[in-house]
Amino acid sequence: MKPPPFSFVAPTSLAGVVEAMAAHGDDARILAGGQSLVPLMNMRLARPDVVVSINRCDELDFVEVTDTHVAIGALVRQIDAERHASIGTECPLLVDALKHVGLPATRNRGTVCGILAHCDPLAELPAVALVLEAELVLTSAGGERRVAAEDFFVTEMTTSIEPGEIISSVEFIRQDPSEHSAFLEITNGGHAWPVGGVALRWAVTDGVCTMAHLAAFGVGSVAQRLTGAENELVGSDLGPEAIATAAIAARSEVDPTGDIHADADYRRHFVGLLLERGLTQGVSS
Amino acid sequence: MTEMHDIEVTVNGRRRQGRVESRRLLIDFLRHDLGLTGAHIGCEQGVCGACTVLLDGRTARSCLHFAVAVDGAEIRTVEDLATPDQLHPIQEMFHQKHALQCGFCTPGFLLTTVEFLEREPDPDEEDIREALMNNVCRCTGYANIVEAVAASAVELRRRGEA
Repeated sequence: MKPPPFSFVAPTSLAGVVEAMAAHGDDARILAGGQSLVPLMNMRLARPDVVVSINRCDELDFVEVTDTHVAIGALVRQIDAERHASIGTECPLLVDALKHVGLPATRNRGTVCGILAHCDPLAELPAVALVLEAELVLTSAGGERRVAAEDFFVTEMTTSIEPGEIISSVEFIRQDPSEHSAFLEITNGGHAWPVGGVALRWAVTDGVCTMAHLAAFGVGSVAQRLTGAENELVGSDLGPEAIATAAIAARSEVDPTGDIHADADYRRHFVGLLLERGLTQGVSS
Repeated sequence: MTEMHDIEVTVNGRRRQGRVESRRLLIDFLRHDLGLTGAHIGCEQGVCGACTVLLDGRTARSCLHFAVAVDGAEIRTVEDLATPDQLHPIQEMFHQKHALQCGFCTPGFLLTTVEFLEREPDPDEEDIREALMNNVCRCTGYANIVEAVAASAVELRRRGEA
């Protein structure tokens, strides 16, 4: 189908975007890459009165490495993030996950921040944002506020973003060179839509696991941290028994619902399976 | 009242102007306003790949962009591949390997292949299958398309070395 009529504005600065969002509030939607929004509008599942394009805001097209974080502006396309040298060095988990996002033609246009704003329950990046302790920088006419990823993703297609706000950037923690990470997902045939997956990040000192940040998606209405599994791993030797115990914990702390692609038991099963697989491969490598 | 926008884009090397509604999709602008009917409308949700064009040098689903939002962009469509008397090497290989039947999906496959072989001039079969995974063809069963892309890679490398 074709989208219903709407007004279109393309301010050339973040200030202009914020002004437009303040004027139109809940009736306006941000257009970045459009690879989530436009299909929804074509299907008339989204019918904004006003579309505010940020594609003329060069100031939002930046990657900046600070002492602790990598900041990615709202206009950074997924493909550019995936190929960015500093992101590859500082956030290898993000790059691993980006290779699974959408398809090449949508990664060419879609943005990192756009995926986070869309909050699809089957999106890869919210899980990555959880384990890389991301902070969303939300800008509105009232100023700027920062929201931790764990408070940002509320439920399916719903974040804590308020009318009039835009994600102006997202900041991911820089991974320590000595830590491990892995991203694994299950798909129905290659790179099509995922059924679900896990983002894993952990550290080992003298044979003991000192940090485990684990998250899963496709096992609930929104990506979630697997804190029960994390608790089983931290302090363990990451041996087969510890990993198996963590997988059991992970299966018991998710509450998936089944659908045409996978029933609830299957989803509960794979979250443990991917956890074991990721940790085992990561430890042995 | 319908809101209209004046836009100007470069399509296949030519400056083209248009006056469009905000909701005009790029694929409809190309087909209906500019008469470039090479790119096809399939699913209108980014899945089938029939509407693939090169937008600022990269493949894009033209059904997932508003024309007004790509004002100023450089667009390349399948019409730009051949000259009046000579097919593009990739088209030539699709022809030779019988990589199309009805041809509806072919423009999308061709432009996907253009971008893919620019980045990966010497792919193996698995690389090719992965690159084509998001374009749908309901006629060929894909085997001949994979062969055509492999042959295109060989041919483009040969010409590059010549």
